[in-house]
Amino acid sequence: MELLKEAKQLIKQNIREYGMYIALVFIMIIFSITTGGLFTSSRNISNLINQNGYIAVLTVGMTLVLIICNIDLSVGYAAGFLGAVAAILLTQYNLPVFVVVPLVLILGIIIGLCNGILVGKVKIPAFVVTLAGMMIFRGALLLITEGTGTIIIPNKTFNAIGNGFIPDIVKGSDIHILTLIIGGLAILFYIWSQFKTRKNNIKYNFKVVSMKMFILKVTFISIIIAYLTWILANYNGLSWTTVVVAIVVAIYHFITNKTQLGRHIYAVGGNIEAAKLSGINVNKITYIVFASMSMLAALAGILYTARLQSATTVAGTGFEMDAIAAAYVGGVSAAGGVGKITGSIIGALVIASMTNGMNLMGVGIHYQYIIKGLVLVVAVAFDIQTRKKRK
Amino acid sequence: MNEYILEMRNITKTFPGVKALDSVNLKVKRGEIHCLIGENGSGKSTLMKILSGVYPYGEYSGDIIYDGEIQKFSRISDSEKVGIAIIYQELALVPEMTIYENIYLGHEIKKGKTIDWNETIVQAEKMLKRVGLDINPSIKVKDLGVGKQQLVEIAKALSKNVKLLILDEPTAALNEIESENLLKLITELKKEGVTSILISHKLKEVTAVADSITVLRDGKFISAMDAKEGTISESTIIKHMVGREIEDIYPKRPNKKFGEVFFEAVNWSAYDYNLGRQVLKNVNFKVRKGEIVGIAGLMGAGRTELALSIFGNSKDYKVEGDLYVEGKKVNLKSVKDAIEAGIAYVTEDRKGNGLILIDDIKSNISLANLKAISKNGVINSHEEINIANDYKKSLNIKAPSIEQKVGNLSGGNQQKVSLAKWMFAKPNLLILDEPTRGIDVGAKFEIYTLMNKLVAQGMSIIMISSELPEVLGMSDRIYVMADGKLVGELSQEEATQENIMELATN
Repeated sequence: MELLKEAKQLIKQNIREYGMYIALVFIMIIFSITTGGLFTSSRNISNLINQNGYIAVLTVGMTLVLIICNIDLSVGYAAGFLGAVAAILLTQYNLPVFVVVPLVLILGIIIGLCNGILVGKVKIPAFVVTLAGMMIFRGALLLITEGTGTIIIPNKTFNAIGNGFIPDIVKGSDIHILTLIIGGLAILFYIWSQFKTRKNNIKYNFKVVSMKMFILKVTFISIIIAYLTWILANYNGLSWTTVVVAIVVAIYHFITNKTQLGRHIYAVGGNIEAAKLSGINVNKITYIVFASMSMLAALAGILYTARLQSATTVAGTGFEMDAIAAAYVGGVSAAGGVGKITGSIIGALVIASMTNGMNLMGVGIHYQYIIKGLVLVVAVAFDIQTRKKRK
Repeated sequence: MNEYILEMRNITKTFPGVKALDSVNLKVKRGEIHCLIGENGSGKSTLMKILSGVYPYGEYSGDIIYDGEIQKFSRISDSEKVGIAIIYQELALVPEMTIYENIYLGHEIKKGKTIDWNETIVQAEKMLKRVGLDINPSIKVKDLGVGKQQLVEIAKALSKNVKLLILDEPTAALNEIESENLLKLITELKKEGVTSILISHKLKEVTAVADSITVLRDGKFISAMDAKEGTISESTIIKHMVGREIEDIYPKRPNKKFGEVFFEAVNWSAYDYNLGRQVLKNVNFKVRKGEIVGIAGLMGAGRTELALSIFGNSKDYKVEGDLYVEGKKVNLKSVKDAIEAGIAYVTEDRKGNGLILIDDIKSNISLANLKAISKNGVINSHEEINIANDYKKSLNIKAPSIEQKVGNLSGGNQQKVSLAKWMFAKPNLLILDEPTRGIDVGAKFEIYTLMNKLVAQGMSIIMISSELPEVLGMSDRIYVMADGKLVGELSQEEATQENIMELATN
């Protein structure tokens, strides 16, 4: 009984954060029922993740851009363009994958630095700079694919980034053993880090939840990871896309939570004047954030091109909108300064699940857009309301 | 007709925790120039905001009687309707619009449903003539100097048939000739029957044009004087402004010991890019180790600009002159340079540019010196927590934990977080800008005690303050600023409220 009371209070206090997880679980349950279990099948979950890896990567970068009160509309076509560049380098110049991938990422960084300098130094609003970028990359994509049309990529290694799975250590098993092992390690790491944090919090007299509640929470999350691992292991195991996304999320989570750079990014978004008077070089932060964004756009372009095994002339259409929507749904404040990488990833999952589920149900594309738009507005309205109340 | 155009009776206005006005009376005769005088924070602006409807009826107690009737303004347009117009220090014109568009903005001249631009231009020309401006009304406002913009504002007020014109520090940003012209204009308008309330810190102006004077101090009505033909002297006004008993809330500092000069500015001038004018002119000052130097002056005297221009804000100010730290010339190009040279600046506006309100206490404290607790760019969170807890304890920051968001703290505790942040940056010179603004007496005392402790350890402190008792109570030496210049230096012994105010108002 007391536990229930605590749970209620906890949810009330962290409604914004927990609300998203609750929404995600809710969406998954609804779709599982309406699609007769098809939604939660191993094959579908695996597909869902692989199909949306590029959005997840873009959302991570967009989160930082939105935190410093800017926006990047160019990422969609930048991804499309850079994906096509990768395809050309592979097919026409016959460069190996391990040269092409870093080359395209560096090209992304250069593009991002240009955006950053135009925003930070020349002081053109980010909306304008990146709107221009959006047009330019759209044109550039059409230009480089003009002669060839869609470029088919025959390179197996490259295509594996979007379609392949990690190899298993035991050959011929029905269940993917390595995936199970990684899942198990992830759970252990999660439990260990939770206990460590709790111990520290108690040491410093910070507020912690009761032991019972804590165990309940840890068990709950562990079960979810275990369930997901099980589902994936029953299909082909972990995909390379999942690995890439996980690495990106881990790095950015670390940067935002543990480093000076992360703190400076939040400071610039939270109060730019105070950040300046604290000796933070605001322009430098702007350059870094935009460079990281476009680098991730390059990565998204690679993931998408590899997934389709080809570069098309319309690749990248609307990617930026999905990324921005995912970040907002995931709890990034429209006023800047607030937002978590983990939250944005959940946001991306919410959007991806909705698209996937509605597709399975056979909901028309027109209704899908309307519903997604409504979800975005409701999520941000909810966000603003709960923030007001807390004040 | 009543002799008085305006009577404000027993006006009381409280903000959370502060009584800004305490039964204040103001009586203004028809067709006179009435000067409203008081130090910073004496309640003049609050009183005028009540009169103009910025603080609507119901948010204050007392009566406004205008033209013989009790008025209940609930918004600015209500007061405008009866002929009251305020001209603020910060001009309220749209820079990208022309003069005539600005003058008739909000009360456009219409022919049928559309704006009659021809008539607008003709009328605007008439209004400009009344304020003595002989320029083309089609010029954009952004192309005019501050002085002319002010006149356009007055023309705008006249176009609304103003009967009572309120000018809040109209000459603060003007040069001498512009000021004289403006005062002449007000006198001209008086002849046409326009009553004016003039808020000014420049007592010379006041004694020259005032018909009567009302003095406020600490939100209270002090005196109303008839000032026809310069019968009131500046020193009388000053006495009324400052005649406050100095309470003994300033902790004593025994065994003062001053070391060598730590910081010195020579011929320091600054041009503010944003304001587009010179804000500091040839300022020379120094501060020794273990010394608290007070900088007094009225609003707009250039005190904050002095601090900011020294503190490495090269993007906002074009500076000239030399700075010396421990006798060595330094070139502080950025805030980072200034911090590394051992200087810290605690802002007067802790909510605006001091703290990150949506972040917690610990990340605010560590922000200016993250380097000290990081290795290879990774923050050691244990050390951060320990340091924040140490400051929370030693400065007595009242909060449940250091994870509390700073936005949820009281003003005094926010100020302590600000101080902790800059103490953690380990400066040798601490510039405090209005360190006790808007905080309660208990927290004030704690901050004073802390300042004494810091200078006893050999730190230098520059304290910018508008509260004269604080300047007198805490400083070892006092500089007085006016109009971007240092106009006087006083030792603690020779300084009095009167002689500081005399320097600041001349």
